[in-house]
Amino acid sequence: MTDPSKSPNGGWTPRIVAFFCNWCTYTAADLAGVSRLKYSSNIRVIRLMCSGRVDPQFILDAFSRGADGVLIGGCHPNDCHYVEGNYKMLRRFQLLKRMLADLGIEEQRLRLEWISAAEGEKVKRVVNEMTTQIKALGPLGMPEKFRDWDQEVIELAHHVEKSGAAACCCGSAAAPKDSKAEVAHV
Amino acid sequence: MVNFKEDIRIGFYVCHCGHNIAAMVDCPEVAKYVATLPNVVLSRDYKYMCSDPGQELIQMDIREHKLNRVVVASCSPLLHEHTFRSATEAGGLNPFFFHMVNIREHNSWVHTDRKEATEKAKGLSQAAVMRVAKHKSLDVKRVPVNPEALVVGGGIAGITAAMALAKAGKKVYLVEREPSIGGHMAKFDKTFPTLDCAACILTPKMSEVGSHPNITLWSYSEVTKVDGYVGNYTVQVKRKARYIDEDLCTGCQDCITQCVFKEPKFEDLFNEGLGKRKPVYIPFPQATPQIVLIDPEVCLNFKRGIKPGQEPVVSDKCKKTCVEACGEKNAIDFTQKDELEEIKVGTIIVATGFKTFEAERLPQYGYGIYPNVYTALEVERLVNASGPTGGDVILRDGKEPKSIGIIHCVGSRDKKTHVWCSRVCCMYSLKLAHLLKEHTGAEIYNFYIDMRTPGKGYEEFYNQLLDEGNHFIRGRVGEVTDWAVTKEEEGKLVIRVEDTLAGVVRRIPVDMVVLATGLEPQKDAQDVRRLFNMSCGSEGFFLERHPKLAPVNTFNDGVYIAGCCQGPRDIPDTVAQAGAAAAEALALIDTGYVEQEPNTAYILADCCGCKSCIPLCPYTAITYDETTLKAVINEALCKGCGTCVGSCPSGSIVQNLFEDDEIFSEIEGVLAFK
Repeated sequence: MTDPSKSPNGGWTPRIVAFFCNWCTYTAADLAGVSRLKYSSNIRVIRLMCSGRVDPQFILDAFSRGADGVLIGGCHPNDCHYVEGNYKMLRRFQLLKRMLADLGIEEQRLRLEWISAAEGEKVKRVVNEMTTQIKALGPLGMPEKFRDWDQEVIELAHHVEKSGAAACCCGSAAAPKDSKAEVAHV
Repeated sequence: MVNFKEDIRIGFYVCHCGHNIAAMVDCPEVAKYVATLPNVVLSRDYKYMCSDPGQELIQMDIREHKLNRVVVASCSPLLHEHTFRSATEAGGLNPFFFHMVNIREHNSWVHTDRKEATEKAKGLSQAAVMRVAKHKSLDVKRVPVNPEALVVGGGIAGITAAMALAKAGKKVYLVEREPSIGGHMAKFDKTFPTLDCAACILTPKMSEVGSHPNITLWSYSEVTKVDGYVGNYTVQVKRKARYIDEDLCTGCQDCITQCVFKEPKFEDLFNEGLGKRKPVYIPFPQATPQIVLIDPEVCLNFKRGIKPGQEPVVSDKCKKTCVEACGEKNAIDFTQKDELEEIKVGTIIVATGFKTFEAERLPQYGYGIYPNVYTALEVERLVNASGPTGGDVILRDGKEPKSIGIIHCVGSRDKKTHVWCSRVCCMYSLKLAHLLKEHTGAEIYNFYIDMRTPGKGYEEFYNQLLDEGNHFIRGRVGEVTDWAVTKEEEGKLVIRVEDTLAGVVRRIPVDMVVLATGLEPQKDAQDVRRLFNMSCGSEGFFLERHPKLAPVNTFNDGVYIAGCCQGPRDIPDTVAQAGAAAAEALALIDTGYVEQEPNTAYILADCCGCKSCIPLCPYTAITYDETTLKAVINEALCKGCGTCVGSCPSGSIVQNLFEDDEIFSEIEGVLAFK
């Protein structure tokens, strides 16, 4: 297999933020290290006690700050250190996937995996797979998109103001302001 | 609480870990980069941060540079977070003003490009620096440890651990599933390499356990439920019905002699099915406790045809000569039911052992097809003086073997079955070779892949066997067959093997085949693992916390493992490990308290009382306060998973150490570095 982190299209290489539970997946990643398995360096792991702690906002925040993918790792069903936190994550994951689709974020950019403390090999496989997939998708570039959208709105507002002034139409300037606020909220 | 107006002064340290990190990460470069980040007062790289001078460096810097936050980029926090928290505390700061970055297990060891690994280390370090700025001072809560201990499994590991704890004056519950303690070791005839009799060295220990005032021995019992946390476990034990009152039975065994079945006719599992027993029986002469039991599946006083899982029903059709024999002792009670007992303990040692590989899984070796193919455990019983044949090696067809083939690595070192080496088979095969030769004078052929004899006196034992005139043929056996091609082979079992030293394929006719079956996890290892909240390795044995530095600890504090449930090992190693597990348990008990990670959650005043968090908590730690109309978290019950925090629609729940702000900073940090 070719090293997935070597980007064919110039300097870009995906950035994946991972939320790993302390007991299974984080330990599995430690095991991958101890076993000296090699995987692509695109992943940045954030340790949480349980996958149940993953707030959907974390995922959205990561995307909005420039992550090209988000990986969540938890214990296998029925194996959660905290009994059922992983199931709670699974519910949120299902809902969030739909929402991401509405936002135009491809399904492959968010992945939930059950990786037990013994599955160092699986950490390697999942990270490499995800890197390859996201590489094929290309950059998500949310920060750039926000910038472009903001610019668009500003220009639109400018345009409306100008044409509104010409047509002597009052009150229309309020609408673009609102839509800007709406975009910023995303 | 921290005064947020106070300047944040972060000290950052990146560890070389010798070459472990420095070979793949440019540590000085990382230190240089982090020095440019806001709030960082000091940024150093150092060869070994976990060493004493490394820790002293942190303490000195805290004082000299008035640091109020510390970040160390080194190995996994699961390994050294505690070390550096202590150093931070020794420097005069609250230990939770520390954060750790994993650039070894998650970086230098798994990546191959130095530039990429260095960039990743920078990104992770930046995240930690941004996160630690939000950290708050937290207090560690101490909870007392219940001094009583539970040992699960009464094999040699469980016996040793229980004795060690009992001798130290601790109350121990020893729970064993079988009617007697002793485990596999009680079935063995001799032990390698010294050839001392297993029963002679084990049974004194067994009776010591049985009579020790500090040990409550519950045989024929199983743990069914475990609640609580380190230091304070509540354990439910099912005491299976023996149909004998344990307090009244004296072990005279008159009931067995007087049973209406004059001859034993039921499969005797202790003798691996080679012998027979009666419906009322004692597993073996030295069984501890010396209490008989009745098998309701075959006893005439119980109804036949009861489905598995259903409770046995008394038919009352037997003459009950056993009850007559018991007489005034009145120990037999056909109406006995399984009982559930609840005990409270502080620590648990799991020593549930192994099972041997099922030889039927490799049909080419003919086990279950040819009667004279035996497993090694069966041969242990066969050569044992208290075994089904009284120690005479008589085959299933009634003959005495003149030639015997011992096939090594059955279910070990084989990609089709188990890849691991079971560690004991080479040695026990040598032992059985010696014993079989001693008992029968037969020609013995050992078929091995490699002889593995690491251990005190083991290689010497191998040499002794070579001198005794045993045959050793190097090669994995292809098949065992009764298809004879020559006259000498007729009526014999033919072992077909490639002799890899001579470079020829050989056919060796023998009278008896012994399969050196490997060790594998118990059938219900996964259930036991869940019960005690442990992990299993990919092969199914229980996973230790660290393969080298914490081999008896598990990921569940207060639960320790010993013996073959953790992986195949011989008796000396098992005994040593059991001692280690007992020492760990003692350390916890004698400390008297455990410090709990303060990662619990609490509810802010802006809770709107929607109650959506309440059903999410698996520990029912969250309740609804009808007077304030807000949710409340009981800190003592909260285990700090953070599930409620992740679900609160108004963001009104905070998890210490994992606050939203801290995690958002970490996300920002890992993505800030391009």
